[in-house]
Amino acid sequence: MADIVLDKVSKSFPDGTVAVQDVDLEIADGEFVILVGPSGCGKSTTLNMIAGLEDISSGELRIGGQRVNDKAPRDRDIAMVFQSYALYPNMTVRENMAFPLKLAKLDKETIDAKVDEAAKVLELTPLLDRKPANLSGGQRQRVAMGRAIVRQPKAFLMDEPLSNLDAKLRVQMRTVVSRLQKQLGTTTVYVTHDQTEAMTLGDRVVIMRGGAIQQVGPPQELYDHPRNLFVAGFIGSPSMNFLHAAVDDGTLRTAVGDVPIGDRIRRELEAGDAPRELILGIRPEHFEDAELVDDDTRRRGAEFTAPVDIVESMGSDKYVYFTLEGERASAAELEELAADAGADFSGGGASLVTRLSAESTVREGEDRRVWFNLEKIHLFDPSTGRNLTLHEGRSSGALAD
Amino acid sequence: MSGKLSENKKAERKLGWLLCAPAALVMVLVTAYPIGYSIWLSLQRYDLRFPDERKFIGLENYATVLTNEFWWTAFGVTMLITVVTVAVELVLGMGLALIMHRTLVGRGIVRTAALIPYGIVTVVAAFSWRYAWTPGTGYLANLFGDGAPLTERASSLAIIMLAEIWKTTPFMALLLMAGLALVPEDLLKAASTDGATAWQRFTKVMLPVMKPAILVALLFRTLDAFRVFDNIYVLTAGGNETSSVSMLAYNNLIRGLNLGIGSTMSVLIFLTVAVIAFVFVKLFGTAAPGSDDGERR
Repeated sequence: MADIVLDKVSKSFPDGTVAVQDVDLEIADGEFVILVGPSGCGKSTTLNMIAGLEDISSGELRIGGQRVNDKAPRDRDIAMVFQSYALYPNMTVRENMAFPLKLAKLDKETIDAKVDEAAKVLELTPLLDRKPANLSGGQRQRVAMGRAIVRQPKAFLMDEPLSNLDAKLRVQMRTVVSRLQKQLGTTTVYVTHDQTEAMTLGDRVVIMRGGAIQQVGPPQELYDHPRNLFVAGFIGSPSMNFLHAAVDDGTLRTAVGDVPIGDRIRRELEAGDAPRELILGIRPEHFEDAELVDDDTRRRGAEFTAPVDIVESMGSDKYVYFTLEGERASAAELEELAADAGADFSGGGASLVTRLSAESTVREGEDRRVWFNLEKIHLFDPSTGRNLTLHEGRSSGALAD
Repeated sequence: MSGKLSENKKAERKLGWLLCAPAALVMVLVTAYPIGYSIWLSLQRYDLRFPDERKFIGLENYATVLTNEFWWTAFGVTMLITVVTVAVELVLGMGLALIMHRTLVGRGIVRTAALIPYGIVTVVAAFSWRYAWTPGTGYLANLFGDGAPLTERASSLAIIMLAEIWKTTPFMALLLMAGLALVPEDLLKAASTDGATAWQRFTKVMLPVMKPAILVALLFRTLDAFRVFDNIYVLTAGGNETSSVSMLAYNNLIRGLNLGIGSTMSVLIFLTVAVIAFVFVKLFGTAAPGSDDGERR
């Protein structure tokens, strides 16, 4: 067991592409850290550098306080789980799990004992004599995990270990991974492109984009106080709504009506180089059917009326999509997020996703009055992506003084 | 509905046969007929120098050949050449395949260069080897003192094997490279993190996964090597007991005009090759490259 420190770690390839740039990250002993981001953001490269499968171009990597930049993977005492599981097809489950122990030249009894114990934890005992070809995806995944835990390494590195499983099994395995990590207390670095996995699994989440870290923090903090447009858009499902907002005479003119701004934001916007156009971000759950809002709550927000496009009833609440007039918010970050999600088709116009109470009587096709919480609004600078509502790391809405 | 379906299926099967027919017909003409004809010839006393003595004698030719010491000497030489060349080719070919697989810069040039020996006509290459080993003028013979290596049995066989290996190692490498491509990168990465050295990754992970491809390569090369002819014909013409079975069959059939004995030898070579192929396929489970050995239950 050990801590892992990345000190200005960079990776550039001979052709000049920079995959990872100046990554600073301190992972405490026993911590569960998730690296998340769209494809090509450098998360897997970072993991491979920690594993020693990829050379570090510059910077220093320390595991347990020791510089390991030039150490081979086998001398770093880490175990890795791959998306493809990477089980040796010619070996049985038992042989697969025993392989690292055999290479470490442990005696046969110790190996058998360790493999049996790991098999019991992962409920693999009845499968020990099978070959990987005769296992289901979930079973293979568990064997891969088993091969990692038998060695009791300093750290686990997991490269999208659940991505090849079907949705239901993935949710189930998520809890298995989480429980296992808590039980063993082994430092774990976990790479995923799935923000739900990132939110549910880790102690801390590292969001990466274009080889650089965007924000590091506990999942809830990233959700509530995103530092920039990219983080705000990446975390959350359905994702945050982004609307174009024009600064005009102390208010913001948006497709959901005029939004008042507080003194602190006003001061920011009075600076010489302040943008005249902003992006307003608001999460679906900060909307409510205006009929269902009590007076006290109503005062903290604003209301607008818009035509209802689609209603999706989830049972516990309703996702309601509204069509809005006016232009859509645009920024490089948003386009990147849309491209990563495969959503290059938007259907034209601006639309709004809201999560309303299940009691709402909203129907498709009607115009509906909707309330939204002004304290939960984020304002972003479209050119830099910076969250202007963030003050000392906390987001305080548009009205903050 | 189901009747119609099966009718469709019948029509499809008929079409399948029709489409196969031309190829099957050509196969019969060019393979089955000559094979059948040699078997027929091998059952006769048939020497073109004494055409009048032609007659059906059953398996007498086989008895003659199989009790003849020349045949067994040639058989031994062929086996020696086969085993040594295939073994050396496997090792060298694997090395070459690994180099070609790992090459990052100039991959195309490296591969092309490695394949040049295989692209040269065997007879042409054999003549250049003969020149190289000719005392006085040859650039290789002079390196080894005054001897004439192609006039002694051991050195002649060594040179024949050298020429064979030089020529067919690239072919072996090509087949093995196809096998290397089957080894998933993740598997090697996993082995690295599991603590395997480069050699352990090669022997414990790569070789087992490549096994089907290796067996196919061995099968192809063994069958080929057993029929060795060109190099011997050019380099020694079978002198000093360096004849292979193919060489012996040629000498009897074409030079000696003894159709009966020559055909018998051809049939015996054919049978040996068939036995080798059978052993590879049945005993080692040789499969086509790309098929997953692990899937078989």
